[in-house]
Amino acid sequence: MCTYLTEKVSISGSGKGPSGWFKLTDASVYFDHPVHAQAEHTLNIDFLDPGAGPSARVAVELTAESARALAQAIQATLDSAPPGLAT
Amino acid sequence: MVPAAYPARYEDKKGQAMYDTMLAETVAITGHNGDGIEAYSARTLRDGPVGGVVVIHHLPGYDRQTKEFTRAFAAGGLNAVMPNLYYREAPGAAPDDAMAAARAQGAIPVADERIVGEVAGAAAYLRGLSNSNGKVGVIGHCSGGRQAFLAAVSLPLDAAVDCYGGAVVRPPQEGHPLFGIPALVDRAGDLSCPLLGLFGRDDTHPSPDEVAELEQALKANGKTFEFHLYDGAAHAFMQVDRPSYRPEAAVDAWQRIWDFYGRYL
Repeated sequence: MCTYLTEKVSISGSGKGPSGWFKLTDASVYFDHPVHAQAEHTLNIDFLDPGAGPSARVAVELTAESARALAQAIQATLDSAPPGLAT
Repeated sequence: MVPAAYPARYEDKKGQAMYDTMLAETVAITGHNGDGIEAYSARTLRDGPVGGVVVIHHLPGYDRQTKEFTRAFAAGGLNAVMPNLYYREAPGAAPDDAMAAARAQGAIPVADERIVGEVAGAAAYLRGLSNSNGKVGVIGHCSGGRQAFLAAVSLPLDAAVDCYGGAVVRPPQEGHPLFGIPALVDRAGDLSCPLLGLFGRDDTHPSPDEVAELEQALKANGKTFEFHLYDGAAHAFMQVDRPSYRPEAAVDAWQRIWDFYGRYL
């Protein structure tokens, strides 16, 4: 089934696509049908700069298990940074 | 005349080889609100008259796989066209980028009114082809299955195929983007044409219970339909590039589609 559900978040940083690095301003996070991953549903993240057009996108499609592992790794990494660096 | 060394890909009901040359290309059609949108057209070069099929792509977009699906109808002697449902959000973009742009702009799911307008434009395109017999069917998978049913209860069509479309019978729950839209099953009485339904017994959206409810609603309204519920198949069992593909069910489903369109288009 299509969940259609999408979480959108404003972000700040950079991503690298086929044309090189570009700034990132937005991300879409959704659990829905993937384009490429061999699973019926995946946790998908589009890192975007809408102002630069639809192709300014870094995309990932992750199985639910790997997405949870990634989320924990991100949290753990931020938590273990020296005090004051990742606030 | 088909050379003996090159077996025809398509045979008619009597097993005779048919002329299977086609023209497949990106075209502009007039969609919802009279706006120009992109579409993928695959037309048989038979003189006709032949029927046409509007193909509604699935949520991941106007992709290579659905274009192959569209070409299959032309190889089989019909005309077919697939409107790009995300063209408005991202004209000229790669299909996957267009889907992402549409999602980021809050355009997924595409509004029902717009879907109906795009399908109406695609149907008009098919009816306007020089080899058209004036008959037009619709087919869609997954979200496109729901939208095929939506089109068939909204527009004058000649045959509709719903491949495992969800959210037809049960209204979406609170929090779902489609929450608040009445269940389409309530419009079963408006169905304008025969309906072929292809479903997997292991699917949960739609579940076999939902399929049974839809069947009852169609019966109650005196509609012409045939449903096939395949054992060992779940959602997207016809999608050849997904792990859900189930060849036995999909091959039978294709035969049902050809038979159905052969009768009504």
